[in-house]
Amino acid sequence: MKRAIATILSLLVLTAAFSQTPAPKNPALRLATTTSTEQSGLLAAILPAFEKESGYKVSVVAVGTGASLKLGEKGDADVVLVHARALEDTFMAAGFGIDRRDVMYNDFIVVGPATDPAGLAYSTSAVDAFAHLFRTGAVFVSRGDASGTDVKEKDLWKAAGLAPKGLAWYREIGQGMSQAIMMADQVGGYTLADRATWLAMKDKTKLKVLSAGDKLLFNPYGIITVNPAKWPKSNVDGAKALTDWMTSPKGQALITAYKIGGEQCFYLFN
Amino acid sequence: MKEAFVLLFSGDAETWEIIARSLRFSLFSTVFSLLPGIALGMWMAEKDDRPRRLAATVVGALTALPTVVVGLLVYSLISRSGPLGELGWLFTQWGVVLGQSLLAFPIVASLVWSGLARFDPRFRETLATLGGRGFGKTIAILREGAPVLAGAVVAAFGRVTGEVGVAMMLGGNIRFSTRTMTTAIALDASKGEFERAISLGVALLVIALAVNFVVHSLRPHER
Repeated sequence: MKRAIATILSLLVLTAAFSQTPAPKNPALRLATTTSTEQSGLLAAILPAFEKESGYKVSVVAVGTGASLKLGEKGDADVVLVHARALEDTFMAAGFGIDRRDVMYNDFIVVGPATDPAGLAYSTSAVDAFAHLFRTGAVFVSRGDASGTDVKEKDLWKAAGLAPKGLAWYREIGQGMSQAIMMADQVGGYTLADRATWLAMKDKTKLKVLSAGDKLLFNPYGIITVNPAKWPKSNVDGAKALTDWMTSPKGQALITAYKIGGEQCFYLFN
Repeated sequence: MKEAFVLLFSGDAETWEIIARSLRFSLFSTVFSLLPGIALGMWMAEKDDRPRRLAATVVGALTALPTVVVGLLVYSLISRSGPLGELGWLFTQWGVVLGQSLLAFPIVASLVWSGLARFDPRFRETLATLGGRGFGKTIAILREGAPVLAGAVVAAFGRVTGEVGVAMMLGGNIRFSTRTMTTAIALDASKGEFERAISLGVALLVIALAVNFVVHSLRPHER
């Protein structure tokens, strides 16, 4: 029995040693992405598997959806993983991207202090929650960075028919998701967060989820290859390899397997 | 706080990797700023005339260059859509090194100038009577000014090791690629991960103090 195990183990080691990682012509692949995919820990968890299989080395620039698309537009990224459908469609329509594919989704939530001074726990919908915030003037931390979350937040204010810009309680910070969550916690305010970053951050804060579940809070992620016709030097092969992998059964399985504190962060389109 | 030291002294691989990378970037930037910096500094110190005095004033002012302005300038140069886009340096170590070299250059030039200008004028006269000129003269000045040069090198190194603007804008804080001590601290602290932020902060502090100590001990003694 022992011997059999030893044989199997040595065979495994041998296959591992001989299964060669392919060597792509240009292994440097630059992925510009929203802060949520990096700060939630998802990319660090799944990209090593892609790098090992494909031989590409992925540099992740985590800057928010708006900035990611700008990097793609200027040729400073090869592929973008973002979450703001309207911006993505504009990007595609302008010819900056090719081969957009759905990757995964989760949802946005409104988090705030447990004392809930704005009474969000009694709100009936996302729009109603925002109306509560506006009425009570409770401190709200806004990303203010044209990220996917920021775009969603602005959409929600618009849907509520409210314009908080410039009001004292409305704080635009121009930073990433975990920074916004931390700041909301420090000042006893509210913020709109994506589920994945929230799961990664919640043990560090005293905040609670106070509004969730509205269909307006749906949060889909898409991957787009930067158009090589605009930027011939961009790594289009690498972008395609990553897109194929992330939408492959292997990549998708790893995405759903990524859990924080036992909770799944991202879900798949069927 | 305890965890911070545990991270540092248990040899947490990523923490040390970040420290090593920071030092490497700073070393490259300092080295690249040396030749132009020393050359300009020596030229300015050679004699006291109007263009040299003007240059010294400008260079002195440039030592206070805001890091984010340098970051912005270099960013627009090396973005793929910029004039040096072909290099593909944005978000790589060469982008950071270019930006940090620009930060270090005026510091080197200014310190070399102020150090050499303080030389006893008789030194140059002696040098002239001995028939020193061209390459030999340069070597003689550099040899005499070795403490000045060393001080300039260390000051430039300290400046680039501690800055965050250029490293963040041009490096992009990419894990395992361009994340430096300062960008990692900024990121970790904002994410509430204080242990590693503090351990890197301690490392940065030790380096900064060591650098300052060396600068002070190399400073020519005033008598």
